[in-house]
Amino acid sequence: MATKSTTAEGARPAAEPGMLVLLCVAAWAIPGAGHFWLGRVQKGAVFLVALTTLFGFGLALHGRLFPFELSEPLVALAAFANAGLGLPWILGRALGLGAGVVTAVTYEYGNTFLIVAGLLNFLVMLDAYDVGAGRK
Amino acid sequence: MSSHLLLLFVFAVLVSAVFAALSKDDPRDQLKTGAMMFGGFVAAAVILGWLMYPLPL
Repeated sequence: MATKSTTAEGARPAAEPGMLVLLCVAAWAIPGAGHFWLGRVQKGAVFLVALTTLFGFGLALHGRLFPFELSEPLVALAAFANAGLGLPWILGRALGLGAGVVTAVTYEYGNTFLIVAGLLNFLVMLDAYDVGAGRK
Repeated sequence: MSSHLLLLFVFAVLVSAVFAALSKDDPRDQLKTGAMMFGGFVAAAVILGWLMYPLPL
């Protein structure tokens, strides 16, 4: 007698669409959280440490957290990249960090660190989505 | 902290670690890939730096 098995679904609870959305939100908000959720602790730890360190260095190097200024397309794109880091970005904005010191010799380095941290977290989020959806 | 080389090393280490963890599952493979990427970052930066040394002409 054929019975409908639920073991495959049970083995991958994150494969449900609602869970995948939550997974992506968690992965966006806290670097590595998506991988921690999926039990990939080592990868999650690498992402958490590396991306928050990149972000911290960016702020320490007088980089700027760009505002969403649609009249300046490049600034808006940089802001979108900055926003990729989730909670650290929100906290940084709320605390008034990342004002950017244009005259500082490390200003451009700081911007690069901040932008790359955000973009890498987008990649990490997509990786968590793929793992959660069972593609990897 | 305004040493260009030190900042290059820091950036290369962190970005290589993320890419290595993204692309490989086994920790040993991650270490190997990360080390190769780090070397590539540093070598490319030093070579490009020397190539640009005579500029502007």
